Amino acid sequence: MLSPFRFLVAYVPKLHGLAQVRYASQVLPQLSAEKYNVKRKNYANVHNSDINYFKSILGEERVLTDKDEVMPFNTDWLRSCRGQSQVVLKPKSTEEVSQILSYCNKKCLAVCPQGGNTGLVGGSVPVYDEIVINLMLMNKIISLDEISGALVCESGCVLENLDTYVREHNLIMPLDLGAKGSCQIGGNISTNAGGLRLLRYGNLHGSVLGLEAVKADGTVIDCLRSLKKDNTGYHLKHLFIGSEGTLGVVTKVAIHCPVLPKAVTLGFFGVKSFENILELYNSAKSSLGEILSAFEMADNTAITHTVKNLNLTNPIADYPFYVLVETHGSNEVHDGEKLSSFLEKEMQSGLILDGTVTSEPAKMHSIWNIRESIAASFLVEGYVFKYDVSLPQKHYYEIVPKLKQRLGDKASSVIGYGHVGDGNIHINVTVPQYNKEVLSLLEPFIFEEVSKVKGSVSAEHGIGFRKPQFIHFSKDSTTLDLMRDLKQLMDPNGILNPYKVLPDTN
Amino acid sequence: MSRVLVGVKRVIDYAVKIRVKPDKSGVVTDGVKHSMNPFDEIAVEEAVRMKEKKLASEVIAVSCGPAQAQETLRTALAMGADRAIHVEVAGAEYETLQPLHVAKILAKLTKDEKADIVIVGKQAIDDDSNQTAQMTAAMLDWPQGVFASKVEKSDSGLTVTREIDGGLEVVKTKLPAVLSADLRLNEPRYATLPNIMKAKKKPLKKISAKDLGVDLSPRIKVVSVEDPPVRQAGSVVPDVDTLVAKLKEGGHV
Ligand SMILES: Cc1cc2nc3c(=O)[nH]c(=O)nc-3n(C[C@H](O)[C@H](O)[C@H](O)COP(=O)(O)OP(=O)(O)OC[C@H]3O[C@@H](n4cnc5c(N)ncnc54)[C@H](O)[C@@H]3O)c2cc1C
Ligand SMILES: Cc1cc2nc3c(=O)[nH]c(=O)nc-3n(C[C@H](O)[C@H](O)[C@H](O)COP(=O)(O)OP(=O)(O)OC[C@H]3O[C@@H](n4cnc5c(N)ncnc54)[C@H](O)[C@@H]3O)c2cc1C
Repeated sequence: MLSPFRFLVAYVPKLHGLAQVRYASQVLPQLSAEKYNVKRKNYANVHNSDINYFKSILGEERVLTDKDEVMPFNTDWLRSCRGQSQVVLKPKSTEEVSQILSYCNKKCLAVCPQGGNTGLVGGSVPVYDEIVINLMLMNKIISLDEISGALVCESGCVLENLDTYVREHNLIMPLDLGAKGSCQIGGNISTNAGGLRLLRYGNLHGSVLGLEAVKADGTVIDCLRSLKKDNTGYHLKHLFIGSEGTLGVVTKVAIHCPVLPKAVTLGFFGVKSFENILELYNSAKSSLGEILSAFEMADNTAITHTVKNLNLTNPIADYPFYVLVETHGSNEVHDGEKLSSFLEKEMQSGLILDGTVTSEPAKMHSIWNIRESIAASFLVEGYVFKYDVSLPQKHYYEIVPKLKQRLGDKASSVIGYGHVGDGNIHINVTVPQYNKEVLSLLEPFIFEEVSKVKGSVSAEHGIGFRKPQFIHFSKDSTTLDLMRDLKQLMDPNGILNPYKVLPDTN
Repeated sequence: MSRVLVGVKRVIDYAVKIRVKPDKSGVVTDGVKHSMNPFDEIAVEEAVRMKEKKLASEVIAVSCGPAQAQETLRTALAMGADRAIHVEVAGAEYETLQPLHVAKILAKLTKDEKADIVIVGKQAIDDDSNQTAQMTAAMLDWPQGVFASKVEKSDSGLTVTREIDGGLEVVKTKLPAVLSADLRLNEPRYATLPNIMKAKKKPLKKISAKDLGVDLSPRIKVVSVEDPPVRQAGSVVPDVDTLVAKLKEGGHV
């Protein structure tokens, strides 16, 4: 079994291509403070006495202060932000997190909670010298109820590890995304991550059953019930879902895991136009019904460059658009029948120009890998401006040709791809090097366009450090005031993830 | 022009984690996803390319196995094979089916179908035997080009480039011949939708080993199937000196 398997691993597209791409460029990103012209707020500086205190609770090894060791924790996945933190703390328990925060709150030391550091809006890295609280060692699985599907675990568990674990018990995690090999469940919750199967398994506000979080002053908030129904008072867990580390540090999670589908099929199709994609989506919804688990699209440039940059294989020929349709069901024969009649109908109608369909795990993996690698693959071409917006489906793709026209040859590529079933498009603009001229053509233009059709300037990545100045395109001033009131209530000294999410008032 | 016979085996998909049965009699196959042996996909691809290059007139896919082997044959048909033969071997008989049996079946079918090239994968990723091509060649008394990473038509037959330790070996064979496909021979295509639809209508004949006069009585007995040893957890050492000391201690340097 071993020898050919080893060969095949080399031949099958790499699972962990991400990390390779990530470090392809060794040049350090510019400091966020300078690049984005941010002033340091009035927090205390970290002193030796503080470090000694942290060492007294965590021990020597879990307090990193060596410059080279701290560096990766200062730099985000996109390499668009770099902070100046001098210390990284790696707590192993809720009590330790509580002790750290209570101390920092008293001393007015700012902190940056950090999960897998795969966030795409600069929320996961410090801007100045905020202390990084990295949750990677809080990685224990606490319990799994196979009847209800409730998984309870610590927040630093890596999503893919959890998925592997629950699969052994015939369950799956309710979310899946390209960063699964690195991102943590706590990070997913803090960003309210959506991902590839939101269409089927819903939003984290539905699947998170309970959580435990530590407030800025060290108080532990225990909302860790694993009940489907619990209408006792305010639903506080929702405050932490999507709060991007600004209201508290999530330490434990109870999440509902759906049943592992017995039958999975994946189709990859070539389509002529975006209008046809929408028609195909409607048809898929009515023909496939409850088994539809993902409906994703990517334009020609997104797929052809990804395939070329990462040396993958496009299963089909060149088409203007590509669509990926997945089904999760419990009966291969039943699903197969539905799928064949859908495919036959839409091949005949011409909505599907060509395509392939498979239920072999290795092949499905290779196809998903192309879709999931799009984000990473453009990093090898230069600097990538990334936008993640929600739009009414009929306006979904309009912005891409508009941007192409607006940027002309200033951009090496403009691509659109994403979760079309959820009305969520990712727009990536690649330029040989970061430059302010292109930035000024993109922002606020994109957000104005989104706002015109009542879309959202951040569909699933969050606001983080990069988007607070644009949040008003999606939230009115009274809503923002209430957000500020909540922040004031939960974190009066503002030590939790400063410079993020909330715009400055002036 | 040649008629090509390709052997395809249904195996556990290589993305699936293999589990040993509690009684150690084999691996768990029930409810586990199967697909075509990856090396056989390469063999089918090569045969289909021969047909596309007009070197072959017809491609026949053969699979020995239980009823589900027909799914594997449909995949071969969707990739471009013209017709398929399912040699039904099920239950206990399938569990003890060996390369020798398969080679006898392939040799008999090759004669019956008047094929002049046989291509199989160099090995199946489940049993790892790497014997079928060689034994089939012996049964037919035909030349063989195994571990092929390149196959070209030459005047008198085929020029086959083989991957061997430390390099490549080029051999010439006359036709008819038996080939086995190595990993780098080609990159198999995905079956496209129109071809998947067409494949449903292509002929698939079912026969038994008995019809072919091949005796399937077992010649080996599996004594025990065991998991590979679990890798021991590593440990983090504080500095280089400790690392060197540990390596010395373990006799590694
Ligand atoms: C290749 C790739 C594909 C992606 N695909 C998707 C996708 O399909 N859908 C999607 O929604 N997102 C996607 N993302 C972005 C997504 O937001 C992150 O991947 C993920 O949800 C963040 O998890 P993380 O553990 O890496 O968090 P980090 O990046 O470390 O942190 C993200 C934010 O959460 C905060 N945070 C992290 N952990 C905690 C905690 N325990 N308590 C409090 N705050 C915390 C941080 O302060 C930060 O503000 C993708 C990212 C990449 C790199
Ligand atoms: C026969 C029967 C069957 C039921 N079955 C179920 C069941 O299966 N599942 C279940 O969950 N519940 C069930 N319920 C109870 C359930 O809470 C109510 O039926 C329903 O959700 C309340 O709606 P309502 O408009 O009648 O609200 P009300 O009874 O008028 O109000 C309920 C509460 O909501 C507040 N409220 C009402 N409207 C507003 C508003 N617009 N803004 C702010 N506050 C508001 C009220 O102040 C009050 O506190 C059942 C009740 C009955 C009589």
